[in-house]
Amino acid sequence: MSVKSALVTMAVFWAGAALPQSYAGLGSSAEGFAIPQQSTRLNFPADHGPHPDFRIEWWYLTANLEGSDGASYGIQWTLFRSALAPGEAGGWQSPQVWMAHAAVTSQDQHFFAERLARGGFGQAGVETAPFDAWVDDWQMRSVDETLEQISLSANDLTFSYALNLTADGPLVLHGRHGYSVKSASGQASHYYSQPHYQVSGTLSLPDGPVEVTGHGWLDREWSSQPLAEDQSGWDWFSLRFDSGEKLMGFLLRSKTGDFTSGTWITAEGKAEPLRPGAFQAEALAVSDVQGRNIPTRWHASLPEKGVSVEIQSLNPQSWMGTSFSYWEGPVSVSGSHSGKGYLEMTGYE
Amino acid sequence: MVLKIRDVTKRYPGQTAETAVLRGISLDLSAGSSLALTGESGSGKSTLLHLAGALDHFDSGEVEIDGTGLSSLSDSQRAALRRRDVSLVFQQFNLIPSLSVDKNIALHARLGGKWETSWGTRLKARLGLSDLQDHYPEQPSGGQQQRVAIARALAVRPKLLLADEPTGNLDETASAAVMELMLELVRESGTALFLVTHSAAIAQMLDRRLHLRHGTAA
Amino acid sequence: MTATAFLAILSHWWRHPLQLATLITGLALAAGLWSAVQAINAEARASYSQAAEQLGTAGAARLVPETGAIPVARYAELRRSGWQLAPVLEGIIRFEGQSFDIMGVDLLQHPQAQGLALAAEADSAPALDALLPPGRIFAHPETAALLDASQTDHPVTSMTGLPRGVAMADLSLASRLLGQSTSLSYLLILPDQRPGLRPLEELAPELTFIPARAASDAARLTDSFHLNLTAFGLLSFAVGLFIVQGTIALSLEQRRGMTRTLRGLGVPMRLLASLFAAELAAIALVSGIAGLAGGYLVAAALLPGVKATLSGLYGVPVDGSLSLRPSWILSGLAMTLGGTALAGGHALFMLWRMPLLAAPATHARGQQARRSHLTGAGLGAVIIIVGCIILHLFHGLIAGFAFLGSLMLGAALLLPLLVSASLSLGARTAKGPYAEWLWADARAQLPGISLALMALMLALAANIGVGTMVSSFRLTFTGWLDQRLFAEVYVTTANDVQGAELSEWLHAQGIHVLPRRHHDTRYKGAPLRVYGFEDDPAYRKNWPLIAALPDVWDQAARGQAVLINEQLARRNGLVPGNTLELSPDWHLSIAGIYSDYGNPNGQAMMSLPALLTREPNIPNRNFGLRAAQSEVHKIIKNIREEFDIPPESILDQATIKARSLAVFDRTFVITATLNLLTLGVAGFALLTSLLTLWNQRLPQIAPVWAMGASRRQLAAGEVLRSLLLAAATAILALPLGLVLAWTLLSVINVEAFGWQIPMYLFPFDWLRLFLLALLAAIIAAVLPARRLIRIAPAELLKVFANER
Repeated sequence: MSVKSALVTMAVFWAGAALPQSYAGLGSSAEGFAIPQQSTRLNFPADHGPHPDFRIEWWYLTANLEGSDGASYGIQWTLFRSALAPGEAGGWQSPQVWMAHAAVTSQDQHFFAERLARGGFGQAGVETAPFDAWVDDWQMRSVDETLEQISLSANDLTFSYALNLTADGPLVLHGRHGYSVKSASGQASHYYSQPHYQVSGTLSLPDGPVEVTGHGWLDREWSSQPLAEDQSGWDWFSLRFDSGEKLMGFLLRSKTGDFTSGTWITAEGKAEPLRPGAFQAEALAVSDVQGRNIPTRWHASLPEKGVSVEIQSLNPQSWMGTSFSYWEGPVSVSGSHSGKGYLEMTGYE
Repeated sequence: MVLKIRDVTKRYPGQTAETAVLRGISLDLSAGSSLALTGESGSGKSTLLHLAGALDHFDSGEVEIDGTGLSSLSDSQRAALRRRDVSLVFQQFNLIPSLSVDKNIALHARLGGKWETSWGTRLKARLGLSDLQDHYPEQPSGGQQQRVAIARALAVRPKLLLADEPTGNLDETASAAVMELMLELVRESGTALFLVTHSAAIAQMLDRRLHLRHGTAA
Repeated sequence: MTATAFLAILSHWWRHPLQLATLITGLALAAGLWSAVQAINAEARASYSQAAEQLGTAGAARLVPETGAIPVARYAELRRSGWQLAPVLEGIIRFEGQSFDIMGVDLLQHPQAQGLALAAEADSAPALDALLPPGRIFAHPETAALLDASQTDHPVTSMTGLPRGVAMADLSLASRLLGQSTSLSYLLILPDQRPGLRPLEELAPELTFIPARAASDAARLTDSFHLNLTAFGLLSFAVGLFIVQGTIALSLEQRRGMTRTLRGLGVPMRLLASLFAAELAAIALVSGIAGLAGGYLVAAALLPGVKATLSGLYGVPVDGSLSLRPSWILSGLAMTLGGTALAGGHALFMLWRMPLLAAPATHARGQQARRSHLTGAGLGAVIIIVGCIILHLFHGLIAGFAFLGSLMLGAALLLPLLVSASLSLGARTAKGPYAEWLWADARAQLPGISLALMALMLALAANIGVGTMVSSFRLTFTGWLDQRLFAEVYVTTANDVQGAELSEWLHAQGIHVLPRRHHDTRYKGAPLRVYGFEDDPAYRKNWPLIAALPDVWDQAARGQAVLINEQLARRNGLVPGNTLELSPDWHLSIAGIYSDYGNPNGQAMMSLPALLTREPNIPNRNFGLRAAQSEVHKIIKNIREEFDIPPESILDQATIKARSLAVFDRTFVITATLNLLTLGVAGFALLTSLLTLWNQRLPQIAPVWAMGASRRQLAAGEVLRSLLLAAATAILALPLGLVLAWTLLSVINVEAFGWQIPMYLFPFDWLRLFLLALLAAIIAAVLPARRLIRIAPAELLKVFANER
């Protein structure tokens, strides 16, 4: 296990059920870290920026794209912030560690890359005026303090991309005012999204550049609490239906019973938080991915909205073989509703 | 007698008394006289010639050169005898390619400490070699090479001249010319000539003839 | 048909077992020496790369500041431009009077991070603790013990792969300890960089790029050593091929009759040629295997010497054991097969071209020899001229070796003509017909033996050249030691506290002390050690200066100037009067240059007080003591009684000198051994040539024998002729050897080590070598001579037989 993977397993993902920190319960201050509070009201543009007193935070952007060649693509751009200790300090003393993942997925190819950096001296960070998030030469940058119009880039040995994103809808706060509960025992995070991006730009792949257009979805989430002790991983769906409606649903797997929740987003962009258990998802088929059995075809339902759809991954081999590895890739939706989206699955180690 | 051979027997390894290469050969050769030794291939002609030249050992009998018995001589005494009193002319000429014609002619005589420039000059003139002296032996023709070999042998003023098919590599005309010259010079210097040949014509040119058959005189 | 023909061809060897033995031995010798050198090289290289892996980044490409440090902000900019870099901060820290070199790295970027994390986890500490206070120090077990003893603030993890004396830590701790939060010492350039990056020289013109290999000082220095070994190996291989060439040619020539007969019997030439080739390949394979076995043994025997050389001269560790590498075996066999093909190709081609019905050629060999001598000499002269041009036009180690190679090859080609000429000259002095014949015959023998003579000359010249180089070096080195080691006693204390106590005690005893303190830094990316010295007449009197300003010591004593060693001066083209910029705010004028043998790195000397104002914390553990010779042992005894200093740390001048010389001598053991082996091979070449010539010799000898030369006399002549040839060769080898020595001293050494050494001449060594060559010639001629003494007259008489 390298320093990098140690870092990530310890701090970045909540799935690290075996770590001592996971015993920290609701309301307790985890080793001095701040805890998400139901009373908190999100405040923009300040909350677009980092929250160094929380243990973990991310800026998570996915997009379903169509190339000028007619082929479907997906891209991922994620910046994780992980604090070894709460707060910020200058220079090498900064306890903030940054990790970025980027990926491009097509039907038969999946490229990914990773960058690590520490805070404190400018190699990585997030600023709010104007909004700018970066590690090395990977960047998500707005023209102003809002997230309305951003440019996105990532570069690696075999691939790179440069995209422009324009939002045509409002921000969506999940849960109650952006306070999203993650388990029956009360673990929670602050969570909001911008699911309404129109995307255009260029992917540079080994076979040459591809002009693309499509739709993007940005997730912002921070917390200090890991998953509940018995939770082993999660399956997370962000679905964009052709009707203009959108569904974010997640399933936290546990030996004692799965916990599901999510948000229904109307065509106008109005968010309706879902009751725990309202959203249901079950695996229909698994694929052998890097020696693991991973469900790549799902059935999802939200009866109260008449949703009963089948979800099929574009490329079942969308494995992020990064320091902390997981499955993340574009999906297509058919059934009661049709559309596209992204699927993330963790904890299938 | 310059050469006296008495009842000489020579056996090579593996030969019995009956199959010995030479069996009881005797002969005499006086100064100024010549003897031609003829016989089939393998009859022992060359072996007898080599014994007469103190080049090889025999098993019984005695060979005397100018009254000295060879059987009692040491290796270096035999070498000394060859340096001073015996000369050889071979079918292959056996000149020293790294020495000039001049040096080849003088080599044997100088080894024996018997070189006389006037005699050498005369020999060269007689053998028609005066123009060749700075050449190397590989350059002249076969006839010339053999004349160089004869000059080398006679420059020693040997008591005994041994010649083994001296004209075997020459054509008939050259052969006769060389023989004439050699016999003339031998007579002039009082040397005894013991010559091996298979040519009846050449044998006829000499004073006496001895025919060998299966190691004995016929 | 094939099997029958092959058996017929092979039957030759039953009748010529000695020839077969010669062939196999020659090939095995060639393959053996070559593969021995290769094995040593491979082993040493594997050790370096292993060491480099352990040390992590010794050979990695890097960006270094011209002077001073790299601002952290600059590093962030370069990262944001897309360059994948890993930052390193170096410095010295002191815990409890003990100093350590600290190496601060970003554990998230450093290539060796994984090894450090594993080590930390083996210490049952979460790897990430190293990023948070109190941090964690990683060190070699020996250093870790010292660290544990001298501080308790920071946990220490021991790791065998780290260099001794270095404390490695995350930058968070290192920058805290060194008080340098905004600067870095250098940036490692990570292996994979994406396409389309802006060039570094545009982004950071003030930083110097050090390419991957050159960054490792050890690699640069040891390369020359290995090039040296390879050159020797190739020389031995070539000498071995000389042996083989003659033998193969003879074996084929002797089978001409057989070949003709077989062809007459209907065996196609194509098949015969293939069979001969197969036979050679089989012999080469057997010899190659034998050679590899021998080479392995030689390498195993020489490796300790190599180890001593590399650690003594370059400070590079080499594992003492030898491992069998498949690549080594394959390349050794390939080399043998290739060499055999090279050596046998011509002879095989001649056989191929031989007409079916032709009498053996008996044409003018002398003429042919003279012509080929002239052609060879012309070619040789051209090659030497090209070599001179290369040396004149290009610089560097490769040019030096190219010059050496062309010189050796050219001289070898010139040899037959020169030997022939000197034999003609000798012939003029000959008195008596036998002597005349002997000279002429020696000359006639030249074509058959000239390859062996070339081998002998190359071996002799290499011996003279390398011997002169080593002896000159040793003489210079001894004189230099006398100058440099002028203190009578040298003491190293365990730590600075003890150092201070000792210093005080010595003062109280009235013993004059010269402290020797240093500060390690970098100059243009390469390590530089700056010594502080106390002004003392002893320096002015003894220090081995090569070039200096008139008032060098006064300037240095006032702290205005430094003295630098020859290596630093040559590498950077510095002369007295120039300025040495140690950091942007630390410029010193250079007042003198001193010789500093045996040290691969740059060094400078400055006034100790001046150094201390810049670097107050440098260690104070080394002292030179001045004392009357008669007092030395008493002083050593008293120090030992008074202080807890192990005997190894108190040495008198004589002991240090003896040890230095011992290291020096051990260093060149391998050179001497290879030298001797090469000479041995050349002697063997001479022997086989003479044996090979044996059958061709009888027609030359028999007539002289018939004219009254005794066999004893002829045998003596045989030895004498061999002596003549060897002597002529040895005399011609002398000037070649001296040019070789000059090249080694003035070109190769300067390039490889950074110092030039004056050349001294050692005529007694030449005499010894001359006699050795004659001895080799006698040994080589004794076997044929013995055969000649014992030969039956019947053998000689066969020459005269008419039915030949």
